[in-house]
Amino acid sequence: MSEINLRKMKEKQTGTIKSVKIGGVLGRRIREMGLVPGTDITIQGRAPLYDPVALRVMGGTLTLRNNEADHIIVEVNVEG
Amino acid sequence: MGNKPITMALAGNPNAGKTTLFNHLTGARQHVGNYPGITVDHKEGSFHQDGQQISITDLPGTYSLTAYSVEEVVSRDFLTTAKPDVVVNIVDASNLERNLYLSTQFLEMGLPVIIALNMMDVAKDRGIEIRVEKLSELLEIPIVPIIARSGKGTKELISQALEVAASSKTMEPRDISYGEDLDESLMELIATIEQTSFLSSAYPARFTAIKYLEHDDEMLRKGQAAAPETARKLEEIVSKTSDHLQATMDVYPEAIIADHRYGFIKAILRQGVLTHKFDTDRLYTSDKIDKVLTNRLLGPVIMLAILFGLYQFTFSWSELPVSWMEALFGWLGGVVENTLPDGLLKSMIISGVIDGVGGVLGFVPLIMFMFFGIAVLEDSGYLARVAFMMDRVFHFFGLHGSSVMPFIVSGGIAGGCAVPGVMATRTLRSPKERMATLLTVPFMNCGAKVPVLVLLIGAFFTEHKALYMFLFTMLAWLVALVAAKFLRMTVLRGEATPFVMELPPYRFPTFRGLVIHTWERTWQYIKKAGTVILGISILLWASMTFPGLPQSEQDLYESQRLEITETLAKQTEKLQDALTGINQEESAATLRNSIAGKVGLFFEPVSSYAGFDWRTNIAMLGGFAAKEVIISTLGTVYSMGVIEADKASSLGDRLVKDPHWNAVVAVSALIFIMFYAPCFVTVVCIAKESSWKWALFSMTFNTIFAFIASVLVFQLGSMFS
Repeated sequence: MSEINLRKMKEKQTGTIKSVKIGGVLGRRIREMGLVPGTDITIQGRAPLYDPVALRVMGGTLTLRNNEADHIIVEVNVEG
Repeated sequence: MGNKPITMALAGNPNAGKTTLFNHLTGARQHVGNYPGITVDHKEGSFHQDGQQISITDLPGTYSLTAYSVEEVVSRDFLTTAKPDVVVNIVDASNLERNLYLSTQFLEMGLPVIIALNMMDVAKDRGIEIRVEKLSELLEIPIVPIIARSGKGTKELISQALEVAASSKTMEPRDISYGEDLDESLMELIATIEQTSFLSSAYPARFTAIKYLEHDDEMLRKGQAAAPETARKLEEIVSKTSDHLQATMDVYPEAIIADHRYGFIKAILRQGVLTHKFDTDRLYTSDKIDKVLTNRLLGPVIMLAILFGLYQFTFSWSELPVSWMEALFGWLGGVVENTLPDGLLKSMIISGVIDGVGGVLGFVPLIMFMFFGIAVLEDSGYLARVAFMMDRVFHFFGLHGSSVMPFIVSGGIAGGCAVPGVMATRTLRSPKERMATLLTVPFMNCGAKVPVLVLLIGAFFTEHKALYMFLFTMLAWLVALVAAKFLRMTVLRGEATPFVMELPPYRFPTFRGLVIHTWERTWQYIKKAGTVILGISILLWASMTFPGLPQSEQDLYESQRLEITETLAKQTEKLQDALTGINQEESAATLRNSIAGKVGLFFEPVSSYAGFDWRTNIAMLGGFAAKEVIISTLGTVYSMGVIEADKASSLGDRLVKDPHWNAVVAVSALIFIMFYAPCFVTVVCIAKESSWKWALFSMTFNTIFAFIASVLVFQLGSMFS
C-alpha cells in the first residue's frame, strides 16, 4: 500500500481515495461526482493525448483532466 | 382531488432518463422555452391520469443543488419559488449511489419527493439487486421502479406521485449528521436563522445553514440582499468553523459535508438494500465498445470517420430538401415577378422579403439534419467520448473537448455552415468555453464562402487550386483556435471549467426521442431567427436600392432603351442583348448611387490600404446578407447582370482584367472574406444564443481583425511583387 497522486496512476491500477485537497467549484464538482475519501477507483484508460483520464467509480465512468487529478490522493493497491 | 391541475417537477442527474420519462408522459403535449437570459431549456408539458390534470416541468439534469452551474441554479430556484406539489426524482438504478447524492439534498430541503427508480432492466443485467421496499423505508419516501424507455411502471409512479401531492402531511426536512464539528456550528447557524426567519419563506433553516457552510455563492448573495445583518452574522460563524477545521484537520467544511452525504447513502445501501452479483469492476458491453472507440490509436481514426459521416449526412443528404426550398422560393419570386407591376414594391418583396425569409427557411433542412445527427451522437453517448478524446487539444486553446462539434459543422471541413454551428454550441455546458466557441466558429469556411473562394482562387491561381483550398481551410482552423485563445486571455478570461464529467454507457437512442429533440430545436430556430431576419433583410435591400438614380439619369437610360428599340426593331435577338446591357448599366449606376454604394465610396480611402476599391467594398457589404451574395453584388457592380454563384467564371475573367485586381488583392480579399463579420443570419443566431452585445462584438471584432490581416497581406504582398 502506498499513497500517490491520481495523475501518477497507471492504466488498470486500482486504489481507494484518501483525500481531495481542493475547495471551490472544482472541489465541489469532484466531490458531487462521488470522488470522496473511501471511494474505490480503477483507472480505465486515457485519452489519445494522455489527458484526460477515465476512471471507473461506483459502477460508472468519470473523466477528469490531469491537472484536476492532481488534487486527489489515492492509496493504491500495489499489485494493480 | 380537485380540478386544479397538480404541478409536478421532474428532477434528476443527467443521463438518468429524465427526458425519456418526460417524453413518455407528455408525448407531443410539451412546450420548450428558455429561462429568461440563459440558454437552459425550460420544458413544460401536461397530461391526464386518474381524472387528474397534471402539469409537469422537466428540470435541467444536475448532480447537485449547489450553485455550480446555471442548470443547478435554475433547478433550485424552480423548486423553491414555484413550489411544485410533488417532485419526481428520477434515479438511475444501475448507478444508485451517485444518483442518491441529489436525492439526499431534496430530502434536506423537505420537498414532497418520490423516487422513480429507472433502468431497473439495466441494473438487473449488471447483476445489481435493489430491495426497493427496504430503500423506501430507510429514506422514508415512496419509490417506484420503472423502465422509462418502455413506459413500464410509469402509471404506478404517477398514481403514487398524485398521492404524495394530495397528502396534507408536510414533509419534514431530513437531518443528516455532518459530524461533531459541523453539527455544532449548524445548530448555531440554525438558531440564528430561526430567530430572524432568515430566508424562511423559500428554504428550511437547516438547508440554508448547510448552504452557508458549503459556501454557496448564490445563497450568500441572496442572504446579503434579504437581511445583511443576519447574513454577516452567519458568515462569521461559517468562517470561524472553516478556520477551525482547516487548522485542525486541513479540510474544507464543504468536503466534510460531501463526505457525510455519501456516508449517509453508503450506510443505507449497506443495510441489505444493494447487492452486487458480479464484481463491480466487471466490463460491460459499453466498456468493451469503449476499448475500441476510445482506443489511443483506433479511437481518433474512428472519430474522424464518424464526424466526417455526420458532415456528409448533414450537408449531402439535406441537399435535396434544400433544393426544394430554393425551388419553392424561386417559384414564389417568379409569381411575384409576373403578377406585380415593376417598381419598388415588387423589388422589395422579391429581394427583401422572399430572399430574406427564403434565406432563413432555406437553412431549415440543414438544421434539422444536423440536429438529428447530433441528437444521435448525443443520445447514444458518443459525443461525450469525442469531448474526452479532443479535450487535450481544445483545452490548450482555452476551449473544451465538446467544442469540436460546432467547429466541424461550421466548416471545419470546408463547406459547413456557421448557423447550425452556432446552435450546436448548446451541447457545451461550460459558459466561458461556450462563448469562445460561439464567437470563433464563424471563422471557418462555410458553404457560402466556398464559391467566393473558388472564384478568386480559380481566377488568380489557376494552378494548384486544390492546394490553395486546403491551405485556406487550415488557415481558418488556425485563426479560429488562436482567436479563441486570445478571447479566453482577454474578454473571456477565467479558469477552465472542470472536465469532471460522466461517460454515460452507450445506449441506442429512441426514435421518438430523436424526433422530439430535432423538432424542438428546429422550431426554436425558425421562431427566433425568422422575425429579426426579415427586418434586417429589408433594411439591406433598402440600403442597396435607395435613394435610386436621379430622374434625369433614369430618363437617360429610358431614352437609350427607346432609341435602341427603334433602331433594332427588326432584330429581336440583338435588341434583347442591347436592352440587357442597358439594364445592367442602370443597375450598376443605381447601386453606385445607393446608400451601400456611398458607404463603399466613403470607405475607399481606408479600404485602399487593403487593396479594395469601392466596388469591392459594396460587395463585402452585400456579403453581410450572405457570403455568396459577394459574387452577385460584384456582378452587378461590374455591370454584368445576375451572376449565379456556381457559374462565376466569367466574373473571374473580368476581375483578372480589371486594373484594380491582381493576385495580392485577391489574397487580401480572400483573407477578408474568410474572417470579417459573419453573415447576419449567423449574427442573429449568436445574439439569440447569447446576447446582442456579443453579436455586435462578433461583428466588430471579426471585421477589425480581418481588416488588419488584409492590410498586412496587401502591404507586404505589394512590397515584394
